[in-house]
Amino acid sequence: MRSSPSHGKQPTSSPRTYFELMVKAGAARPRLGIIVNPLAGIGGPAALKGSDGAATVAEARARGARPEAPLRAERTLQALAARVGPAELLAAPGAMGADLARRVGFSVKATSRSAPSETSALDTRVAATAMRDADVGLLLFAGGDGTARDIHDAIGDQLPLLGIPAGVKMHSGVFAHSPEAAARAAEAALRNGPSLPLRGADIADVDEQAARDGRVASILYGSVRVPDLPRLVLPTKAGSPAQPGAELQALCREIADTLEPSCLYLFGPGSTTAMVLAALGARGTLLGVDAVLDGQVVGKDLTESQTLALLDTHLDSRLVVGLVGGQGMLFGRGNRQLTAAVLSRVGADRITVLSAADKLLALTPPTLWVDTGDPVLDKHLSGYIRVRVGPRQQIIMTVSS
Amino acid sequence: MANSAPALREELCAAVGVSDPEELFAQIPLDHRAARPVVLPPALASEVELSRHLRDTLGRNVDCEAVLSFLGGGCWQHHVPAVCDELATRTEFLTPVWGTPASDHGRNQAWFEFSSQLGELLDLDFVGLPVYSWGCAAGHAVRMAARITGRDQILISEFMDHERLAVMRTYCEPPGMRGHIELRSVPTNPATGTIAVDELAAALSDRTAAVYLETPSGLGVIEPDPGQIARLAHSHGAELIAGVDPTSLGLLAPPGQYGADIAVGPTQPLGVHMNCGGGVGGFIASRDEERYARAYPTLQVSLCPTSKQGEHGFALTLFQQSSYGSRELGNDWTGNSVYLWAVVNAAYMALLGPAGFAELGELILARSRYAATRLAEVPGVSVRWPWFFKEFVLDFNETGRTVAEINVALRERGIFGGGDLSLSHPQLGQAALYCVTEVHTQHDIDRLVTALTEVLA
Amino acid sequence: MSLPKLRQYHAAVWDEPIVMEMGRAGRRGMVFPTSDAEVSAADGTLDTVIPASARRQHPPKLPELSEFEVQRHYLHLAQETLGMMGISLFGTCTMKYNPRVSELVAARPWLAELHPNQSEETLQGVLEIVHGMNQILCELSGMAQFVFQPGGGADAAYTHACITRAYHEHRGELAQRNEIITTIQAHPCNAATAAAAGFNVVTLPLEEAGYPSVAALEAALSDRTAALMVNNPDDMGIYNPNIKRWVELVHQAGGLAFYDHANFNGVMSRLRARELGFDACMFMLHKTFGAPKGGGGPAVGAYGCSEDLVAFLPRPLVRQVGGRYTIEHEAPLSVGRVREFWGNIPQVVKAYAWTRAMGSDGLRQAADISVLANNYMERRLLAIPGVSKSFPELSSPRLEMTRYSLAKVAEDTGVTVLDIQNRMVDFGVDAFWLSHEPWIVPEPFTPEAGELWSKEDIDYWIDVLATVIDEAYNDPDTVRSAPHCQAIHKVDGAGADDPQRWATTWRAYQYKHSIQVTS
Repeated sequence: MRSSPSHGKQPTSSPRTYFELMVKAGAARPRLGIIVNPLAGIGGPAALKGSDGAATVAEARARGARPEAPLRAERTLQALAARVGPAELLAAPGAMGADLARRVGFSVKATSRSAPSETSALDTRVAATAMRDADVGLLLFAGGDGTARDIHDAIGDQLPLLGIPAGVKMHSGVFAHSPEAAARAAEAALRNGPSLPLRGADIADVDEQAARDGRVASILYGSVRVPDLPRLVLPTKAGSPAQPGAELQALCREIADTLEPSCLYLFGPGSTTAMVLAALGARGTLLGVDAVLDGQVVGKDLTESQTLALLDTHLDSRLVVGLVGGQGMLFGRGNRQLTAAVLSRVGADRITVLSAADKLLALTPPTLWVDTGDPVLDKHLSGYIRVRVGPRQQIIMTVSS
Repeated sequence: MANSAPALREELCAAVGVSDPEELFAQIPLDHRAARPVVLPPALASEVELSRHLRDTLGRNVDCEAVLSFLGGGCWQHHVPAVCDELATRTEFLTPVWGTPASDHGRNQAWFEFSSQLGELLDLDFVGLPVYSWGCAAGHAVRMAARITGRDQILISEFMDHERLAVMRTYCEPPGMRGHIELRSVPTNPATGTIAVDELAAALSDRTAAVYLETPSGLGVIEPDPGQIARLAHSHGAELIAGVDPTSLGLLAPPGQYGADIAVGPTQPLGVHMNCGGGVGGFIASRDEERYARAYPTLQVSLCPTSKQGEHGFALTLFQQSSYGSRELGNDWTGNSVYLWAVVNAAYMALLGPAGFAELGELILARSRYAATRLAEVPGVSVRWPWFFKEFVLDFNETGRTVAEINVALRERGIFGGGDLSLSHPQLGQAALYCVTEVHTQHDIDRLVTALTEVLA
Repeated sequence: MSLPKLRQYHAAVWDEPIVMEMGRAGRRGMVFPTSDAEVSAADGTLDTVIPASARRQHPPKLPELSEFEVQRHYLHLAQETLGMMGISLFGTCTMKYNPRVSELVAARPWLAELHPNQSEETLQGVLEIVHGMNQILCELSGMAQFVFQPGGGADAAYTHACITRAYHEHRGELAQRNEIITTIQAHPCNAATAAAAGFNVVTLPLEEAGYPSVAALEAALSDRTAALMVNNPDDMGIYNPNIKRWVELVHQAGGLAFYDHANFNGVMSRLRARELGFDACMFMLHKTFGAPKGGGGPAVGAYGCSEDLVAFLPRPLVRQVGGRYTIEHEAPLSVGRVREFWGNIPQVVKAYAWTRAMGSDGLRQAADISVLANNYMERRLLAIPGVSKSFPELSSPRLEMTRYSLAKVAEDTGVTVLDIQNRMVDFGVDAFWLSHEPWIVPEPFTPEAGELWSKEDIDYWIDVLATVIDEAYNDPDTVRSAPHCQAIHKVDGAGADDPQRWATTWRAYQYKHSIQVTS
């Protein structure tokens, strides 16, 4: 087994330069990168509503909490090693992945030589940037929404991403449902290389301060690509290019092709509705509400009052929304621009909900949640709703407040 | 039932904590219970009685070994090698369902050998596990072609086997439904019964997903130049789906040789008894390209390595695209099929080998041609078309008799005459499809000629 | 925990070559008579009777073997198939004994050498049995007529989708009624065949009670509803007590209700589909009715329907007219054919034989024992640390099977349910069923004892599972690398979905892996 790379010149400056040198030296491009946020999850058992920020971590430690993420990441790596043997990995240094990966038996290259003793969000960003420069096929990370956001802040959607579930908050759609499932996806990445099937997923997070105050308010931060290995796959079959992503895409195209004339269409935030806009040849606002009339975008990133103004002049309207994040929130998280006033004006029977089937089936119980701030409207929206999951497929979901 | 022994049953009840199993059905509301008890014919609990009852009943049949039969049309009387019969009743193959890749290894290998040998016969590299029948295989194949091309029309011969065509129709969805596929028939040359190439060229368009070409056809006709039809289809961006009888493939061109994209056909001739129609099965094969492989509805096994260096194992490939893997998002649907017959088919192909298939093809050709030649000598009887294999159409229009009448008279002489085409193919008038295989001797054929001469005298 | 002593089992290992690698040039397993001189002389040369462009140019590369070699090869493969030689509690498939007497009777020419297009008077014996089986199933279900043409349960579901089309088309409502409703726990074939027949699929997820609520169904119903297709009980063993109400609501909406009786064993002779209001149902003769499974067919999905739908059934149908049996080949409103001819008739005969041997009392007893055995298993299985059941809070006894989860074992040890399945075969216990897609229970497994397996077999099976779970905690590598006592080692299926590596035929394997061929 080899240890860290020892060819060419030693790195002298930033991790980025180090990797440029490595690539020039002809080193094989690693297919898999891993970043462990060793502090992720520490806030959960301590009843803190997250682990982001040094103050929170300190308090968690004070309450006797132990980090969850390394244990979870080790499970993934063990499962992966059992499947693929001693493969090559690019890892963040020290406790952020490299130590662990070596212990499990991988042939490890680290993104930098020195490991910080106390890791911070900055270390995650630096490591992610190095991964991007090395162009890994899949970036695995162990953490929660905070870690996902740090990576997204650093590299956007430039690398396929997959989370080993280890955080307190996992509202983003980037997490495997277990550490072992993450291993199966990693195996697929190693084996399929560039042909790994991908689909879009949202990065979301809650407002931490608000959460600690007992209010939940989530924000959609962006979109990344994740391996398209949905639940409708036998574990032995992970790695097969799957169709469900294609079904949702076909549905979005069909919706774009069959818009009613003179009807004002409002599109909620998220990567699913963005696909409808893309099919219309338009570029939507990922995090905002857009309006379309007769195939033309007539409003972008609308505020509540802008939306209401449009609704004033267009009596015939429809609303198309996707599900933001992984928690089954229909209204009230990540799309707060769609206020009670807006929803009331459009009308509950004029709302179309789109989702990938596996995203719905992952919800237990099979319930979508609404929290518009208007209890009367919430009650009105509650009951059962047809969610469209493909051109010819619908799933009936419970809606509850 | 091992646990019906009274003491044991009580032991189980005690372990579960009930005094009577009835208590375990508490989930079923009382108003859902059967309104009156089930009353079946008296039980035949002993093997002595049961065996006697079955023998008495089935003994009233008259089978094709007891008399001389010339029936074909999708179910054919061939010789079934004794080894095939042994394997079809081996408990290991006959009774299981699914195991693991290791515990099912022998059966998986037999399935792989089914696909491998069929691939050689067809000259194609990708072969699925069998489907229910030739008609079902053709139905799936036209849906595959529609998925692959995004088009919705299939061109077929005006002379199709009517059972097979009826099955294909149900696979094509009725007009007006979103997935409807139009089966458009193309005229044939009156002199040969083969596809009229000019008419085919005129019918091909950018709506055409595929040409479905059978050779030999449902009425036994051999296409003289299937390669020409493949080229024609391809020049319009359409697929060529070939329908072939594997017993002809020692002699006739395999679909891969003439550029067919997908091939379908029957598996019953490969060592399976007619079983009153319960022996039928179908295969789907194609070139090994993703474009085709990803359109299959079937399960298929792939040769794979194991954790021991150099050892072969088998795993399902492309499971995810089946209905087991993706429910309504999968390709068509799959389920139980005729997998036992795949084992039998594998042994049959291994028994024959290249020389056996050549001999079989030549023998069937020689005997069916001999029969046609002799029968054409019977006054009023003629053979409809010149190029055929195994089956041919006899034209009785000049005799002034119906096929039904003729067959009744033949039956009185211990012969099942050919299948009556007068209802299924009225444009042929009084015509019958005669099937002659390796089981028919010269003496059998001469007997038919004599009987028919008498009947028509 | 002290673990019981298990059998010292090892599968036969023949290291059997692929048949394509076997044999020598010129060796023969089967020869055919050369055609008689007169026969050959009938007609010129091959060239005149088959145009050259229609002739094969190169002989197929089939193996050349003696008859004995072929027989021995496939018997070796039989021995490398565990199947019913061990214990198979494969849930959802109701493993049964397939009496040899039926095999002997069905193999005789009086059935094997029948052609389906023979005239009726030569088929009276087999027609009587087909008709008799129809009568038996009508008595069990309350339906008016069964058809045996569908080649399996999925094909019967497809038959229902076709009949739904024909029914609504006849009423002029097909264009409007384009939705079929099913549940997430119904067998995947219901959703798949509905879609393949051209319908949109509306799926109901399970709710807290273990089945979808009436309100969810109401939300799904509309004037677009064509049909409902459901199993009951589902394969978690949970019975939907609102099913009568469901059928009423579907009828009020104008749809047809289809009962997929795949799980009939637990309710056999206790209820009738027609009395619950269903318009149609399906029985798997290769499952509930003792006909062999063949490793996946030939099978029969016997499809039965109410008087109102008989006109739409596929043909042919067997009818009794006076003292004789006739075949109705066509009917004006019939959907036509879902498969050629009238079905896997030997399987119908075997199912008929099984049912006649059981009689009314036997069927009821079989259901009792099947449900009793399942509940016995549940007691013992839930006593094993790491085993939990689906919807654990539901206390009512399950019917003929229960879905369990090994999520805790996987969580604690990283050993998955598939690893455990692969290890259990080392003790002569064949695979359990996991779950149909989607997996709404993590790390699922679904054993079913039925009325076949003895208490000793069931106990042994459970002992094996307990032993393997114990290994998962104490020696996980042994489980992860299993099997160790099988015909072959652990299969690496990772390349099976890779176009560069998959090989469904030997010729594809050779060109994709040609580098490895050199030795």
